[in-house]
Amino acid sequence: MAIWIEENAKVLVQGITGNQGMFHATKMVEYGTDIVGGVTPGKGGQTVDLGGVSAPVFNSMVEALSATGADASVIYVPPPFAGEAIMEAADAFAGASGEGVIICITEGVPTLDMIKATAYVAARPGIRLIGPNCPGIITPGETGGAKIGIMPGHIHAKGRIGVVSKSGTLTYEAVDQTMSIGEGQSTCIGIGGDPVNGTGFIDCLAAFEADEQTEAIVMIGEIGGTAEEDAAAWAKENVTKPIVGFVAGATAPPGKRMGHAGAIIAGGKGTAAEKVAAFEAAGIHVANDPSEIGAVLLKALQAAGLR
Amino acid sequence: MNIHEYQGKQLFAEHGILVQRGIHVTTTEGAGQAWDELGVGLVAVKSQIHAGGRGKGVVVDPQSRDTVLQGGVHIARSRNETVDFAKAMLGNMLVTKQSGARGKLVQNLYIESGCDIAHEYYLALLVDREAKSVLIMASTEGGMEIEEVAASTPEKIHKIWVDPATGLLGFQARNMAVDLGLSKIAGRSFAKMLFSLYNLFVNKDCSMVEINPLVRTNDNQMVALDAKIGFDDNADFRHQDIFSGLRDISEEEPTEVRAKEADLSYVKLDGEIGCLVNGAGLAMATMDVIKLYGGEPANFLDVGGGADEEQVETAFSIILEDPNVKGVLVNIFGGIMRCDIIARGVIAATESLELEVPLVVRLSGTNFEEGRKILKASTLNIHSVDSLAEGAQKIVALIGGEQ
Repeated sequence: MAIWIEENAKVLVQGITGNQGMFHATKMVEYGTDIVGGVTPGKGGQTVDLGGVSAPVFNSMVEALSATGADASVIYVPPPFAGEAIMEAADAFAGASGEGVIICITEGVPTLDMIKATAYVAARPGIRLIGPNCPGIITPGETGGAKIGIMPGHIHAKGRIGVVSKSGTLTYEAVDQTMSIGEGQSTCIGIGGDPVNGTGFIDCLAAFEADEQTEAIVMIGEIGGTAEEDAAAWAKENVTKPIVGFVAGATAPPGKRMGHAGAIIAGGKGTAAEKVAAFEAAGIHVANDPSEIGAVLLKALQAAGLR
Repeated sequence: MNIHEYQGKQLFAEHGILVQRGIHVTTTEGAGQAWDELGVGLVAVKSQIHAGGRGKGVVVDPQSRDTVLQGGVHIARSRNETVDFAKAMLGNMLVTKQSGARGKLVQNLYIESGCDIAHEYYLALLVDREAKSVLIMASTEGGMEIEEVAASTPEKIHKIWVDPATGLLGFQARNMAVDLGLSKIAGRSFAKMLFSLYNLFVNKDCSMVEINPLVRTNDNQMVALDAKIGFDDNADFRHQDIFSGLRDISEEEPTEVRAKEADLSYVKLDGEIGCLVNGAGLAMATMDVIKLYGGEPANFLDVGGGADEEQVETAFSIILEDPNVKGVLVNIFGGIMRCDIIARGVIAATESLELEVPLVVRLSGTNFEEGRKILKASTLNIHSVDSLAEGAQKIVALIGGEQ
C-alpha cells in the first residue's frame, strides 16, 4: 500500500495535446504510469502518440471517465483555464465513482480561482485535489510505478519513507537524501507553493500515519502562512512515526515574494524561525541544511529501532 | 503588484466607495494649483510611495541623508504651507518602517481635501490561506497597526469569512457594523461600502485592500482616508488595464524587472554570494545554507524548471550586475532540466561575461555525471562540488580567502 495513488493507478491527462501535457505524459509513460487517455475540448476522437504508446483524446472529463474508469487526472492546462479544469474533473469524478485524485501541475493560477476551485472540491467529499503549482505525486514500484507530475522518476525507488513538500526541486533533494542512506519512498507528494491549494500537510501526515508501507516521514516546508505550525501541532497529537523536517527561507527578507506566490513573510508571520520552533516543539527531527536530511533521518530511524 | 494611494482612491471612487476629493501632482507648482482648485481651508499633503508607515516616516536628502522633514504626510492650512511641504517631499527619500533603510524616492504627491473625523476605524480585505476564502477584518482602533491591535486587544478585531459560492451576505455586513458600534445611518453607509469593496476585490483580483484609517464623519458617512491595494500577479492576464496602466516601474528594483521579463524569479538581497538555482524552495534553501556556513546571500534567483542556455546566461548577467557579488554558487537539481545543458550554459555564460569572481557549481539529478565532466574538461576556474553543503562551504572559503 501507498497513499492515494497505487502503483497501477489509471491516469488521465487534462491538456494532453498541449506542449507541456504531451511532453510530461510521454515521460510518465516512460516511467511506467498507466496513462489511459487525455482531455482537450474540441479534440475528442484523436489519439496522441506518447513515445510509442497511443492514447485516446476525449472532449470532456465525463466522457473520458466513462470510457476509461480512471483513478486520477493530472492537469497541465494554462493558468486562465486551470481553475475550471479542476472543477470539471471534480464534477466528473463525483458523478462517476464518487472518488478520484486531481493533480494540478499548472503554475500561476489566480488565487481567487483557487478559492472557488478548492470550495468546489471540498463540497465533493470523495475527491482529492493536489496542487496547483506542484511537482505532483509519485508512488514508486518494484519496477515502474505511478509517477503523476513532472518529477524525475529515476531518482526514486520503492521503500518506506513518505515525503511531503511545498517545493519541487527541494522534494527531489529530499528524495535523493533518503536514497543516500539506502531508503526508498512509499509515496512522495508535492503539495505546491501557492497560498491557496488543495491537499495540505495534515492530510498527508494523516494518510502516512495510516499507511502500513510508510514507516517514517520527511516533511519539507517553507516560509509563508502557518500550515507548517498547524501540521506540527497536529503531528504531536496524532503521528507516532518519526518525522524529519526542513524549512526553507530562514534568510528571506520580510514582504518579498520568494518565487512561489505563497512564500512571503507578511506582518512578521510565516517566518522560518517560527516554523522550526513549532517543529521542534512537536518532536520533529529538524535538519538545518537539506544536505543533512539523510543523516537526520538515519538517526531518527535508529532511535525508533527501525535501523 | 502594488499601486499608489491616489490610484487606489480613483478605483475606490469608480466602485462607489466614498473618498475625499484629491489631486495627484508631481511638482511644487502643481501642489499650489491643487490648493487653489480644491478651494478648502485645510488639505493633506501626502507622499506617494509603495510602502506603508508614511506618516511616521522621515524625509531625507538623497545625497547628504540629512533629515528634511519628519513625516511623509502633513496637514497644510494655507497655499504657502502646501507648497512648502511639497518642496520638502518631492525629490527626496522617504524612509519608513517598510521602505528599507535607503527609503523610496518621492516623485508623486496627493493633495487631498481635509476631512472632519468623528472616529477612525481599520478595515481590510485579504486572502485567508488556511480558510481558503476572502477574509474581511475591521476594528474600532483606526490609525494603529493591525498587528499591534491583534497582539494587545484581539477582541477588538471583527472578522467575516466570505463563502465563495455566495459572496458577501447582507447579514454579515450588518453584523459587522453592529460589532463596530455604528449607528443606524453610519451602519448603512458601512454596509454599502463593504459590498463595494468586496466587488472591487473580486472583480479586480486583489490580493489585499487595506483602509487605515477608515473614517466616520460627523454626519455619519464612512470615508476611506487611505487606500492600500495589492493585486494578484497571477491574474495579470485578465487585468491589462491595471497591470500596464497603474504600474509604477520606478518603485521596483530594476534588476527584478529585467529578470521578470526573462521569466526568472529574482530578489535582490544585501550579501555577497550570488546564487543561481532551479526551483523556488531549493533557491531559498541555498540562501539559508550559505548563511549557515558563514556567508551572506546576494540574491534569490530561481531559473525555473525548464531553463535553457540563454536563460542561464541572462541569470548570470543579472547576478553580476550587483557590485557586491564576490562569488557565485550555482545549485541545480536536474529533474526535467538536464545537468549537461546547465553545464554548457554555465560555461558559455562565464566565457561571454568574462567572469572574474570565483564560481562553485553543484550539479545533481538528471545527467549529473555528464554535466560534471563538461565542467571538469573546461579550462575555466570553476569548482565543481557534490553537495549543497560542500558548495556553500567552498564559496564562503573562496571569497574569504580573497579579502
